[in-house]
Formats: sequence, structure tokens, C-alpha cells
Amino acid sequence: MSLFLIVALPFFGALLPGLMNSAGRSACAGVTFTVSLAAFVGLLTNLPSVLSGDVVMARVDWMPALGLNFTLMLDGLGFFFALLILGIGLLIIAYARHYLSRDDNMGEFFTYLLLFQGAMVGIVLSDNILLLLIFWELTSLSSFLLIGYWKHLPEGRQGARMALVVTGTGGLAMIGGMLILGQIVGSYDLSVILANRDLIQADPLYVPALILILLGCFTKSAQFPFHFWLPHAMAAPTPVSAYLHSATMVKAGLFLMARMWPVLSGTPEWFMIVTTAGLVTMVLAAVIALFKHDLKALLAFSTVSHLGLITMLLGTGTAFGAMAAMFHILNHATFKAALFMSAGIVDHEAHTRDIRRLGGLRTLMPVTFVIVTLAALSMAGIPLLNGFLSKEMMLEEATHTTLFGMPWLVPALATFGSLFSAAYCFRLIGHVFLGPVRNDYPAKPHDPGAGLWLPPAILVVFVVGIGIAPFLAEPFVKLVTASVLGGEAEVPKAYFKIWHGLVPALFMSIAAVVGGLLLMAVYNPALRLWDAAPRPEAKVIFEAIVEAVARLARRLILPLHNGAFTRYAVIGAIAIVAAGLHAWISGTAAAPTRTMQPATPIAIAGWLMLVGATCGLVLMHRDRLLSLILIGIVGLMVSIGFAFFSAPDLAMTQFTVEVVTIILLLLALNFLPKRTPVESSVLRRVRDAGVAIAGGLATFTLAYHYLLRDAIGTPISEFHLANSYKGGGGTNVVNVILVDFRGFDTYGEIIVLGIAALLIYALTETLLRGPVRARLLNRKPDQPRAGDMHPMMMVVLTRVVMPVVLMVGFYIFLRGHNEPGGGFIAGLIVSIAVVMQYMASGFAWTSARLKYPYHGVIGAGVLIAGLTGIGSWFVGKPFLTSDFTYVRIPPFQEFELATAALFDLGVFLSVVGAVMLSLESFSRLARRADETDSEYPMDIDPSRDNPPPDAVQPARESV
Amino acid sequence: MNHWIIAPVVLPAVLAPFIVLAARYHIGIQRTFSVAGVLALMAIALGLVVQVSDGSILLYQLSHWAAPFGIVLVGDRLSTMMVLLTVVLALFVLLYAIGSGWDNRGRHFHALFQFQLMGILGAFLTGDLFNLFVFFEVLLIASYGLMIHAGGNARLKAGVQYVLFNLVGSTLFLFALGSIYAETGTLNMADLANRVTLIGAEETVGIRVAAVLLLLVFAIKAAVVPLHFWLPSSYAEAPAPVAALFAIMTKVGAYAIIRVYTMIFPPDLQATAGLHDLWLLPAALVSLAIGMVGVLAARRLDRLVAFSVIGSMGMVMVAISLFTPAGIAAALYYIVHSTLAGAALFLISDLVRTGRANLELTPQPPFGGLALTAGLFFAGAIAMAGLPPLSGFLGKLLVLDAAIGSDLVVWIWVIVLVSSLIGIVGFARAGSMVFWKSHGEAASEVASAMTRPAVLSYVAAGGLISLLVANTVFAGQMHAYTTTMAAELFAPQPYISTVVDTPGKLSKPKEGL
Repeated sequence: MSLFLIVALPFFGALLPGLMNSAGRSACAGVTFTVSLAAFVGLLTNLPSVLSGDVVMARVDWMPALGLNFTLMLDGLGFFFALLILGIGLLIIAYARHYLSRDDNMGEFFTYLLLFQGAMVGIVLSDNILLLLIFWELTSLSSFLLIGYWKHLPEGRQGARMALVVTGTGGLAMIGGMLILGQIVGSYDLSVILANRDLIQADPLYVPALILILLGCFTKSAQFPFHFWLPHAMAAPTPVSAYLHSATMVKAGLFLMARMWPVLSGTPEWFMIVTTAGLVTMVLAAVIALFKHDLKALLAFSTVSHLGLITMLLGTGTAFGAMAAMFHILNHATFKAALFMSAGIVDHEAHTRDIRRLGGLRTLMPVTFVIVTLAALSMAGIPLLNGFLSKEMMLEEATHTTLFGMPWLVPALATFGSLFSAAYCFRLIGHVFLGPVRNDYPAKPHDPGAGLWLPPAILVVFVVGIGIAPFLAEPFVKLVTASVLGGEAEVPKAYFKIWHGLVPALFMSIAAVVGGLLLMAVYNPALRLWDAAPRPEAKVIFEAIVEAVARLARRLILPLHNGAFTRYAVIGAIAIVAAGLHAWISGTAAAPTRTMQPATPIAIAGWLMLVGATCGLVLMHRDRLLSLILIGIVGLMVSIGFAFFSAPDLAMTQFTVEVVTIILLLLALNFLPKRTPVESSVLRRVRDAGVAIAGGLATFTLAYHYLLRDAIGTPISEFHLANSYKGGGGTNVVNVILVDFRGFDTYGEIIVLGIAALLIYALTETLLRGPVRARLLNRKPDQPRAGDMHPMMMVVLTRVVMPVVLMVGFYIFLRGHNEPGGGFIAGLIVSIAVVMQYMASGFAWTSARLKYPYHGVIGAGVLIAGLTGIGSWFVGKPFLTSDFTYVRIPPFQEFELATAALFDLGVFLSVVGAVMLSLESFSRLARRADETDSEYPMDIDPSRDNPPPDAVQPARESV
Repeated sequence: MNHWIIAPVVLPAVLAPFIVLAARYHIGIQRTFSVAGVLALMAIALGLVVQVSDGSILLYQLSHWAAPFGIVLVGDRLSTMMVLLTVVLALFVLLYAIGSGWDNRGRHFHALFQFQLMGILGAFLTGDLFNLFVFFEVLLIASYGLMIHAGGNARLKAGVQYVLFNLVGSTLFLFALGSIYAETGTLNMADLANRVTLIGAEETVGIRVAAVLLLLVFAIKAAVVPLHFWLPSSYAEAPAPVAALFAIMTKVGAYAIIRVYTMIFPPDLQATAGLHDLWLLPAALVSLAIGMVGVLAARRLDRLVAFSVIGSMGMVMVAISLFTPAGIAAALYYIVHSTLAGAALFLISDLVRTGRANLELTPQPPFGGLALTAGLFFAGAIAMAGLPPLSGFLGKLLVLDAAIGSDLVVWIWVIVLVSSLIGIVGFARAGSMVFWKSHGEAASEVASAMTRPAVLSYVAAGGLISLLVANTVFAGQMHAYTTTMAAELFAPQPYISTVVDTPGKLSKPKEGL
């Protein structure tokens, strides 16, 4: 079967359990089993080529530019691990079917399990180290889901997070390591990397790469000091523990060390780091395991210890060590999976895993007893079981290993670790199954159905089989070893046999077993000693670190982002000024190319007005009405400035904008307190002033610099000046720029205006639905009101003026193309004419006389402008292309018709609509407040009090 | 005359006023037109992508004036890809808004939505800096309208900060444009690219300041620290579909930086050497760090997502500020990823809110649609934190790979990797609090009456996730495309000459120089 299919099957199959969930538990487990079986069989079909020493390859390009390709490779090592993953996986699936209760969501469980399986198979079959990284992190993620499967258990959640964080950290470090490795070799393909041992080991980046990759391996394989996550991952359902911690996830680190063995091993750094870490882990975890009372915790630490053992073997860097490591991986997988499943059986039947509450199960659960005894004795290293063989090889290797210049160190520690290892195995048998039958089990234990005991039993068959006939496993292990060594060393000649003669390893082994038995004899005093000794609790420390980091993060981030806008602005302003200053200082400046204009008295007067108004604004800004007036002065001076610099269009626009703005702001001020409260300390205001002055100075300097210098090339405005009549049909260049040269900008800007008005409207709507409404209803004006809200004089005046203003607007609109004016200004002027009516006679009266809703006016304006633009498509020209012609309709003189005028009409309507909609929105606020509506144009109306006989009452229209 | 390229601007710009004019009280009509409009835009965007896929440059002279005198729209691989990305995102966001009923909780949602699209698409297509300013204004004002859609005190408050900070940005943009015009006398990007090369070594102050100010404007939009302060609360408080749409808005800033600082002020331009190439990368790294630390620090799911957006923008900016073809290619790939992932997460956090009433990261009883939402969140978080197998991881690899050769390579690697770890921790804590810890809480009376999100909402959120999957599966093709794009950006001569040498009304080429 294609390698792709083997990897892909579990992933695609992961969809099935969820789908089949409602079809029942057996169906759900059945499909999962079938999927795994298919992958397993697919793997076996590749057995012949693996046995013949071939490497099966499969390749699909994914991101060739990065060097990340979907390249798979199946050699002895990969086959070995894939076999373990899929084979034990099958047993686990069968076991889990019977283990999980009806309350557990089985579909979810098997989905996660298959995802995990797929990721594991992916790791061991990857030929591309980046692809391997992907599967690597996928195992972290899927194991996170598996460990946290029982979501209601806090231990499950914490254990899952811890596993994710620790293995995730290692994974991230490994990304760095793998990238360095790829850079050294120039390829991310394992087959290339493995062939470049000398290149890699000679590279100065070898040590960083090694450390980073080992970080990944050690975290995954729970090596000291990263071992602490594994016992806490035991909160997962037992099938998960059995799967993850016997055959798969924790072996991934070992797999990678084995995979990289040809290129990374053999250096002093490798030897020092790996052997030491392995040795420390082996001894430490064995000691801890002995004193754990939770069956699964004991097994977890024993797993850590055995992983340490294998790591140490790989660390030695010898071919024999590698072979022993491979053999022990096989053996450990068989007995440890069996033990985990048995622990699950005990838990399932006795409803406890606490060794102190168990004992005497031998007669109650005979089948389980046999399974556990055989597996545990194998783990203890008792002859005729497979654990003995590989342990002998380990001890043999230890006698040849010298660490820190002390030849006795490794053998002594290895024996010491084996001693504790034997002890906890004996404890497992003795304290759980031997001894008197108790009557205080949480539940009456008995052997489970075959569904639960058969899977571990099958494994025990291997335990015993290999133990008695090691020569059966020998060719396979040697095949695997050969692919680990990758041609860098010869596969050792040593034969697998039970009796090697009276070698040191045998004595060490005997010492360990005897010592273990002795230790069990003094278990209780030893336990008291252990309980009395202070020792760090890894989980507490880990949680404390994570909490501390989270607290630190909060302290760092939350106060900084607490919504204080002044601080945001200060930081922003400082950053901007600093960056600008840096650019300024690091650049070069030549002499100005322009001379200063003479300062005329008028200019100086205007300048003084501006400065005076601005200073006044700064000093008196707390009085809001006053500041509005001062802003008005600034605006007027700017308008005059425009006029002074011969820009009448701008002056007119600025002037009308000022008027409208002031009116709108006055309306807004109506609802605000008349004074701005003091909300900041003097110190802060001084700081703000400093920043503001710096910003002002920077702006001044820039303006001064640019005004005295000519542009590098002819400004585009020269073209506009030269062509506005010829090409745009207008002599007012500003207007031609607005509606023709850069009509598209104007189009955008009228849209901005329209949106702004819609926004104000929508905002008012939402405000009036919220708590603001109540506040407005209860609002008391803070100033005495004039009794006459709509004075007659004003009403009369605005009515008289209105047609005049409209006429002016019309005129300004029409002349726009050639003289100062245009749609924008006209729109503002017309708005002012209407606003005056509102001011004079109030909202209700005016709206009642309004035929066109302002939304529509805006919409129509934008539409007309847009459609004008589209119109040019029909004559094959780009959007907004203008055309003009001169027509003569008697008796008038010849006049110009330009499409630009139509566009200008759109501008005009948008402006009118936008201004009026904003005004209307403000007025709606007012209507919710204390103000009474009047349907009359004025409050005091002599004609109303004494109506002429034929007078008609004004129409009362509801708005 | 081929008008395709202006259609992405004109279509929403006509649709929006039409909706205001004719259908402002009829949500059904609004929805129909809005969706139809976005679908049409998608077809147009696809057409544009196909048109430029051979490397041709689409030029559109508005009002038929030649550059630099009039405004031009220019379509190349980069701008059309951004257009397509925007439109695809918009479709899912719109579906979500309709499915969840967000669009009916305030006025003018669809009109503002279309205007927003117009602003974003225009910004991607324009070839004129002042026109870019106009589109920035359009998208700013429309986004403000969308942001405060449906009101509420917290939202309005956040909205004020958003609009104020961005108005500062607009003002700065005007300063920058004034500086650039004073210095060069032109605003057309291609023309500028020609003119800045004429600036001699004796007079560089003006152009240097102008280049820096312009960069800062874009940096505000791209939420680069320390100019990012507007983002967390405004994105967190904005209605979810709006926040999701905003995922593309930060990319407008990134796009503008890529465009302007590869074409106008390329890294090898002497006059502006030693500026942003000096400090942009550190700032981007700090953004990445702050964003991911913020993920860990956040007390609410929506703020968490907002910080993750800052972090992922930091990542984009790290890649951009390498200013190498490989860096830009990585950045472009990451932009697509980050947009989709950020948007998906905002939608997913709204799915949580539908059943849970708030987004505080505290244990609360189970809520409606928990399992499906949890699955989506898991995928979204994986993508955002940059874990395999989704495109975040591939993007991260690309960035790390591109960083080799930079002086700060060690810094980049360390910060990228450590900040991903912090992000993972943050997402894992938040996810297990929201989705797992609820199982430990007793279901209250309220839980029985809990609401499940609408199917359409799930379709929208799931659709974005499946796009992420597609971006992963076809990563090779995507990356090849962005690599071509990056190469095109670093050899802008075809772009420049197409823009500058095409004659228009009353002008012969090269007249203005």
C-alpha cells in the first residue's frame, strides 16, 4: 500500500467515529478498528521490501521553495515504530471499546485517537524534517485533546495543558534546530541530511542545532528535567495512557534521536548531554516510582525511568548501545502497554487505583494477576522474559561507558536504577495482588470480560515469547539497528541469548533483583523516610510559573491598554516626532532655493489674530462656548489666508464650512456642560503641553523647510493650470481639478461626507434607544431660557432671505466651472438657507414642510455622481471622463454644457443631504429633551391670536 | 476600454447609496442586494486575478487623464490578490452578519458595509497617494460607522478612541502628502518612484522625513507598536462580523507599506537609507511580542482575539521589514493566513457569546452549540498560534526561513518562537476555561433556555476555517504565487512604465518631468 495511504488513513478515518457515534458504541469502535487495521495491513504489505533492505519512498511536492515536501520514507526503523503504533493501536481500540462507559462520548474519543495515530505514523514515516515537525506538533495537539478528554476533571484539563506546554515548547525549539540543520545541509530531506554527518558536525551551528533538537526530544520523551508532565497526563482515560506512554508519543523523542543518530551522535556534546540526561532520568524516576501509590502514577514514573534508560543507551553513541535501545523499545512497548491496560482493569473493577487500598486480588482476579505478574517481572528484568534480555544489554553497555572520567559511575547508577526498578515491579505484584483478600474494596473486584483482558494478554504472549526465544526477535532488531546506524557503524555481531556466561552484567542484574527484594522488605520504613524528605512538587512549581507569567503579562499589558486615550496619544506623538527627528538629523540639507516673502502689515495682523486666538483657546478652553468662538476666529483667519494667497475657492469653501460647523457644534454644545471639567493633574498637563509643543515645533520646522524649497521636478499643478480650459472646459482650475482632473478624489470625499451623516444619524438612533434617552428626558437646562424661542423678527427675516440665499447658491453652482464656486460651496450655502429656517421656526415646523428625506438626498447625490462617472463608459471612455460643448438656445447667449456639471450636482446634493441629516439628528436629540415642539413658525404671532376669517390652520402633520 | 478594474470601487459605491435611497427600511432587500453585490465582486475579483496572472499590469486612467496629472488605478498581482482576499472575506462576514442578525441591530449596516468595501478595495487598487488618502478616509469613516453599529456604552467609548487615533493618523497622512508633494511635485506612485531617484545626496532631509511620516501613517493602520493602541478595545468591542471584516483593515496598512517601500522608497534607495530599515524590524518584533503576551493577559475572549491580531500583524511586519523578496513573499502568504484566521476567531468568539451572554474568561455553565464551537475554536486557535498543520505554521516557517541572512536573525527566531509559545499557553488556557471547564459547572436554569447560533453562522465561521485549510493544502502554489509577486515588486519597472508612459487626454508621455 502506498505510504501516503498509510499516513492518510487514520486522518481521514478520524471523520468516521464521529459520524458513526449515534450508531452505537460497537459500530463506532468497529469503524475505528477497521481503519487502523487497514493501515496496519497496508504497512505489512511493505514488509518484504523492508526485509530486503530497501527503503520505500513516496514523494509529493508541497512547498518546494521552502524545502517542505510531503516526502515519506519507510525503512527498518520507520517500519518498526509504525508497527508498534498501529499494532498496539489495534489492541488499544479493542480495549477502549470495553473500557469507556456509556457516559463517555466514544465518537469524540476515537476521533482524537485516530488523529493521534495518524500523527504518530506521520512522524515515523517522514523523510522531510519539516514535515516531521508538523506531525510532531500534531501529536502534541491530539494528545492535548486525548489527555483532556474527561473535561470535567480539573486534573485532566491541567494535565492536558501541561503536556501541551511542555511538549509544545520542545516542538518550538525543535523548529529552530531543524531549520539550522536544513541550512547547514541545504536540504530538509532526511535522506540528504543523514548522508552529511561530517558537514553537520563540523559546522559551528552544530551545537545550537543539537541542543534545540534534543530539547524537542527530551520534552517529548519526558527526560529530566522535563519529565514532570508525563505523570500528570495520567488523568487521561487508561487506554490513552496505555497508548501514549507505552508505544507512541513518549517514544517519538526516542525515535527522533535514533533517526538523527547517524549525524548527531558520536560527538562529546551528544554523549555528555544525552547520556547524562538519560541516566539521571532513569535513576530519579525509578526512585520516585517506588513511592507512588497510584497504580498509574507508578507506571508513569516507571515509563519515565525506562525512557531514561533508552536515552542513555542512545547517548553512548555505540552501535551496541543503539541496538540495545531498539530492543528495549520493543520490549518496553509490550510489557508497559500490558501493564497500563491491566491497571485500567483493576481501576475498572475495583474502582480504585490506590495501591494502599488494594491487595489480595490474586484470587479475585486470577487472569489479571497472571498478566500483571508476567509483565512486571519482565520489567524487573527476570530471566525468560523479554525485559531481562534488553536490561542485560543495557548493563553490559553501561560497563563500557565512562562519564566525567569515572568508569564506575555509569555502571553503579545503572545498577542502582535497576534495583529500584525491580523493587517497584515487586511492589506492583506484591501490594496489589498478593497478601490477604480485603473486604473494603470500593467495589467487588472480579476478572473482566475478554474484551478487556485479551489485549494485554496478547502482549504478554510477546513478552514471554521473546523472553524464551530471543533469536526470533534478533534478525528484526538487527534490521532496525542497521537502519538506525545508517551505515555510520557496523551492526554488532552479538547474539541475542539468555545466557551470556558469567559477565559483569549478570552480577549487576542479580544485585539489582536481590536488592529490589531487600528493599521491598524494608518498604515501610523507606516510605516514611521518603514522605519525611522535602521534595519539589513539579506540578505546583509548573502551575506557579505559568500563573506568574500570566500575572506578569497582565501587569504588563492591562494597565498599558486600559483605554486612557491621552496616554495612547502621548506615546503615539512621541514615537512620531522621534522617528521624524531621527530622519531629520540623519539627512542632509542644502540652502533654500526660494526667498522669504516680505511680511506685510496685513499678513502680520492676520498672523497675530491666529496666534492670539489659538493661545486664547489653549488658555480658556474650559469655557466651551468661548472656545467655539475662538475656533471660529481661527477658521475665519484661515479663510482670509486662503484669499490672501489667491485661492478664492478655498476661501469660500472654508468660510461656508466654518459657518455650518459652528452651527452644528452649537447644537451639540446645547447638550453638553458649559465647562470642561479638570480631569488631569498639573504634572500630566505639563507633560501633555511638552508633547504638544514638540509636535508643533516639528510641524513648524517641516513647513518652514518645505516652503523655502522647490520641488525636485515640475509640480503636476503646472499641467492642471495649462490644461484646465483646453481639456476640462473650465477656467476655474480649482473646480476643474475637483470635478475633472481629480474628480475621483471628490467622488470619494462626498462619500465620506455622506457616510459621516449616516453615521451621525445611526448614532443618534442608537443613543435614543439607550440610557441616554432617559437622561435627555430628565435633563434640566443649566441656563435660563429665553421665553421666545422663535422670535418673529428672525422668522420674517429668514423667510425673506431664503430665496435670495437659494439664488446665490444656484449662481455659485453654475459659475463654478469658470469662476470661484462649484457644487460643494453651493451645497453649503443652500444648507445654510435651510438651516436658517430650522433655527428660526424650530424642528417640527420645518420638517413638516420637508418633502425629501435627507437620507435619500445623500443617496441620490452619490448615485448621480457615480452614474455620471459610469456614463462615460457608454462612449468608451474611462470612469468620470468629462466632456463639454457649447450650445446656444435663443434668446440666450451661447453657454457651456459640461458633464462635469452633472457630477457637481451630485456633489451638491450630497453636501446638502449630509449637512441637513446631521442637523436633523442633533435636533432629534433636542426633541427628546426638554424642548417643546411647536407646529407654528413663531411663538408670538399676532395673526394667529387674532386670525383673519379666511385663514387656514397650518397643517398638523406628524413627523 | 476595459472597465473591470474600477468595478470593485464603483459597484459598492453605487450599491450603497441605492440601498440608502430605496431600501433603507427593508432589511430583506438590503440583504439581497448586499450579498448579490459581494458575489458580483467576487466574480470581478477573480476576473482581475486571471487578467494579471501573466504579469500584465492593468492601468485605468480616471477621467482619462494620464498619470501623474490625473488619478490612475493600477492592477498587478499584488493588488488583485488583496482585492480577491477582501471580497472572499466579505462574503463570509456578510453571511455571518445575516445569519446572526447583527445587521438588523442598528441602522444602515449594509450601506456602510458596501462603503467599507469600496474604501478597502479602492485603497488596494489606486496608484495615487492622495487617492489612497481618500480611500483611507472612506474606509475609516465607514469602519467607524460599522464599529459603533448597534450602540452600547462600551462600544461607543471604544469607537471614540478608534476614530480619534485614526484621525491623528489621517492628519499625519496629510502632513506626509504635503511633504512629499513639496519635495517632488507629484503624488502618483509610479511618478514618485522615478522622481525620488533624482534627489541628490546633498538635500535628503525633506524626502527622509516625508518617507518616515508616510510609513508611520501606514504603521498606525497596521497596528505596529507603539501605534497600536487603538486596536484592542475597538476590535474587541466592535460587533463580531465587523471585527472580522476589520481583519483586512490592518492588512491595508501592510499592503501600503509593501507597495510604497518596495517601489517608491526601495531598500537600495540612497536618500532614504538608514531609516525604517533600522527601526521597523525591532518595532515589528515588539508588536509580535506584545500581541502574544496580550493573548495570555486578556481576561475576555474578544480582547484575546484582538491581541492575537496585533501579534499576527507583528509577524507580517517582521517579514515585511526584512525588505527582501523572500521576506515579502512570506509576508504576503502570512497576510492571507492572518486575515482569515483573525476573522474566523472573531466570528467564533461571537458564536460563544450567542450562548454564553458574555466573553469573560471565567467558568460558566455549558452553552448552546458548545461542541461544534469548541471544534472551530480549536482550529482557529491552532491557526493563529502558528501550530501545525494549518497555514500559520507554514507561514511561520517561511518567515523564519526568510530571516536567515538578516542581522537580527537570532532575535527574530527567539521572539517568533517564544511568542508562539506564549500564544499557545494563552489560547490553551482560554479554550480550556471556556469550553472544558464549563463541563465542571452545574448547568443552571438559564442553560435550558440557551440559544444555539444559527446554521448560517456556522457556515460562515466554518467557511473561513476551510479556507485556511485550503491555504495550507495549496501552500506550495500560494507561496509560488507570492514569490512571483515579490519578484514583481522588486522589479517595478514594468509597473512604473505602464503608468507613466501611457498617454491620456492632452498629454504625451513624460511631459511633466
